[in-house]
Amino acid sequence: MNEDVPLAVSMEHIYKSFGRVRANVDVRLQLRQGEILALLGENGSGKTTLVNMLSGVYFPDHGEIYVQGRPVTIRSPRDAFDLRIGMIHQHFKLIPVLTAAENIALGLSGSVTLNRKSIHAEVARLAERYGFELDPARKIYDMSVSEKQTVEIIKVLYRGADILILDEPTAVLTPLETEKLFAVLRNMKADGKSIIIITHKLHEVLAISDRVEILRKGEFIATVETATTNQARLTEMMVGRPINLMIERPEASGGPERLELNALTCVDHEGVTTLDDVSFTVYAGEILGIAGIAGSGQRELCEAIVGLNPPTSGSISYSPPHPDLAKTPCEKERIDRLSPGAIARRGISMAFVPEDRLGMGLVASMDITDNVMLRGYRKGKGPFVDRVRPKALAERLIEELEIVTPSTSTSVGRLSGGNVQKVLLGREIAQEPGVLIVAYPVRGLDINSSYKIYDLLNEQKARGVAVVFIGEDLDVLMEISDRLLVLCGGRISGIVDPRAVTKEEVGLMMVHVAGAEGLDSETGSATGEAA
Amino acid sequence: MIDIVTALLMAAVLAGTPLLLGALGEILTEKSGNLNLGVEGMMFMGAITGLIGSYCYEQALTAAGIVPNGVISALVALTVSFLAGAFGALIYAFLTITLRANQNVTGLILTIFGTGFGNFFGEYFGLAAGGYVAVSSVTKAAFSPLHIPLLSEIPILGKLLFQYNWMVYFAIALALGMFWFFRVSRFGLNLRAVGEDPAAADAAGINVSRYRYLATVIGGGICGIGGMYMSMVTTSGVWVHGCVTGYGWLAVALVIFATWSPLRGILVAIIFGGLMIMRMYVSIPGLPAQIYDMVPYVATILVLIITSVRQSKEHAMPAGCGLNYFREER
Repeated sequence: MNEDVPLAVSMEHIYKSFGRVRANVDVRLQLRQGEILALLGENGSGKTTLVNMLSGVYFPDHGEIYVQGRPVTIRSPRDAFDLRIGMIHQHFKLIPVLTAAENIALGLSGSVTLNRKSIHAEVARLAERYGFELDPARKIYDMSVSEKQTVEIIKVLYRGADILILDEPTAVLTPLETEKLFAVLRNMKADGKSIIIITHKLHEVLAISDRVEILRKGEFIATVETATTNQARLTEMMVGRPINLMIERPEASGGPERLELNALTCVDHEGVTTLDDVSFTVYAGEILGIAGIAGSGQRELCEAIVGLNPPTSGSISYSPPHPDLAKTPCEKERIDRLSPGAIARRGISMAFVPEDRLGMGLVASMDITDNVMLRGYRKGKGPFVDRVRPKALAERLIEELEIVTPSTSTSVGRLSGGNVQKVLLGREIAQEPGVLIVAYPVRGLDINSSYKIYDLLNEQKARGVAVVFIGEDLDVLMEISDRLLVLCGGRISGIVDPRAVTKEEVGLMMVHVAGAEGLDSETGSATGEAA
Repeated sequence: MIDIVTALLMAAVLAGTPLLLGALGEILTEKSGNLNLGVEGMMFMGAITGLIGSYCYEQALTAAGIVPNGVISALVALTVSFLAGAFGALIYAFLTITLRANQNVTGLILTIFGTGFGNFFGEYFGLAAGGYVAVSSVTKAAFSPLHIPLLSEIPILGKLLFQYNWMVYFAIALALGMFWFFRVSRFGLNLRAVGEDPAAADAAGINVSRYRYLATVIGGGICGIGGMYMSMVTTSGVWVHGCVTGYGWLAVALVIFATWSPLRGILVAIIFGGLMIMRMYVSIPGLPAQIYDMVPYVATILVLIITSVRQSKEHAMPAGCGLNYFREER
């Protein structure tokens, strides 16, 4: 690209701190007119903080911002609109009880009453121009994630934005929806809009952007032309050292059956079927990956297995490992009507790392020792709890898992995301479980922590634990799982060998159940993309 | 029979009006995301200041040898009670919006403060006036039932619809206006957004603090007017110790019963009003009066059970209600 292209946005020497945390230190950003700039960095590298200063959510401690060459001060989102800057936040800023059109018109000045008809017409025009589909009269709570994203994008276009910022727009989309979004972004670019897209998925950076800016730990590292770089080099800049992106997948040991689900069906209190006739088996010494769009029944599945949410019908049986490893298999036990406490009392060790780590997994305001103790405080005799052993375990976890914390008496809520996850996973693994269920274990974690977690899971697999890995990043799921189960709307659309299918095929299975047909016979290079 | 029913309905409307005003104020407040439990306190503040406002106006004019005007006296009561309620709400708004104090605690404190404020100044002016404080017949007349030529003379219907004091019509007009505001106007839409999700409203360029301050303060003023109704109409312009007690909490319950809709609020207020005065019109032999007094509260419990079972997304409390907002929170 030509150096003479005028700059749409330029941010110079930006500093921003939150208390003692320095989120941005002397960061710069230059967005050229009519380009797509990818902002790349690990979690906590300050990408979102940086663009939030452009969208008026945060105010910089120091630094200058220029829009179309003029120095500007952006104190609120309203100031940003006036400069024709629009941001699509990662967590959508939409009001569920209002319609799409009402959300789009929110906060705009104009006549006292709202002219819904003219808003609808304008929305339809924008939708046609850039290739969206949207019914402006529908309520947000009736919409899918990708429809909500469409509303967000139209909302900023409606306000006349020329500079668009998208924060992790693909995190919640299926591969197909991502393709659609990218097509829209290319249309907008052709229309002369300048776009910043935040992501940490390397292949997306390469697919959509013209240039890439890399941040690391709040500092500006480099800006490179996309055409002149590759995944390995981008990773090195992002992490600060070369890193092997391959996830290991040791051969599954072919162990005995551990957990069997038979025709499991769950209906929630609103009468919605969240799991529909789900049957599968998990074997000792394997990692069973579970893929699916968010809300396809993953949470209900976890909660049914660990006993938090009893199924409406169907059964779950557990086959304990034989104590002396004799040939005769132990008897299966039905566990689907048991509470977590009752399951534990039967001597079944079921480990669960929930999606909501600080809500369901750990108590944020309690320290590491107390959180470790939550799992075993009932075991002691007498009215007093034993604090010695949990403390020893907490110390062991801190050392073995490299948890960064001032001491064992630091409250868990003050640790960073990766360290919180290590405390939780470490505590669960310390129970020497027969089954380990992990839901989105690397969400929000940086690359180093993520690989540490993958190693821990592989270690458990080698120990003969049946591991169920519920994930969102298909690349990761397809690399680490021995078998991959795909959920779609609460039903199993197939259990496939991740070595023998492509990502696109799995993506198709995620959106409709029939997508599984004929996949078993096909072979393809599934892992090629992330390598 | 018809006479009893008509009388019961009329009494229900009269008893329900202060509840409606309190509930309208609280609906406006809660729609902005502030759960102000200080309704009772603000009603007390409006009740005493409204009464004292009229009283002082009369005293000042009488001392100067001028005959007080009933309409002006009523306007003085309306303005002063609005300002007093708004002042109470302003304390609440400053603590919760600017200082981000806990909303429940702040609301409860406002209730305790307002109750003490009302009763203290009621007793104080009562002692100064030589026993009790009361407005003159001129002001009382301004708060007595209207007589509209022709309309008020229609048999039954005239009695049921056109023979109330002006505050009843004021409250109903306010409810209709508020309905229009939330449904049709741009500001109402913005306010709903602030109450549902302040972060989303902020990102859409809405000034969250300004909307919350305005809604809370105006809402408090409306609660204050509801309190003034108690001292001017219900107790006929005489200060009665603790005259608002219980009404503020019923108004909060009514907000839930009305599912945050001003229009349904009218209907629900009449039902609640009816339940409160029922014992004077429907007597069941052997049933102690205390049982009748319990009925509105039992109804409130039932409503809470029903609404929590129903779990509708749209007829529910604004999602951001009870939570303070700070833009740079991480």
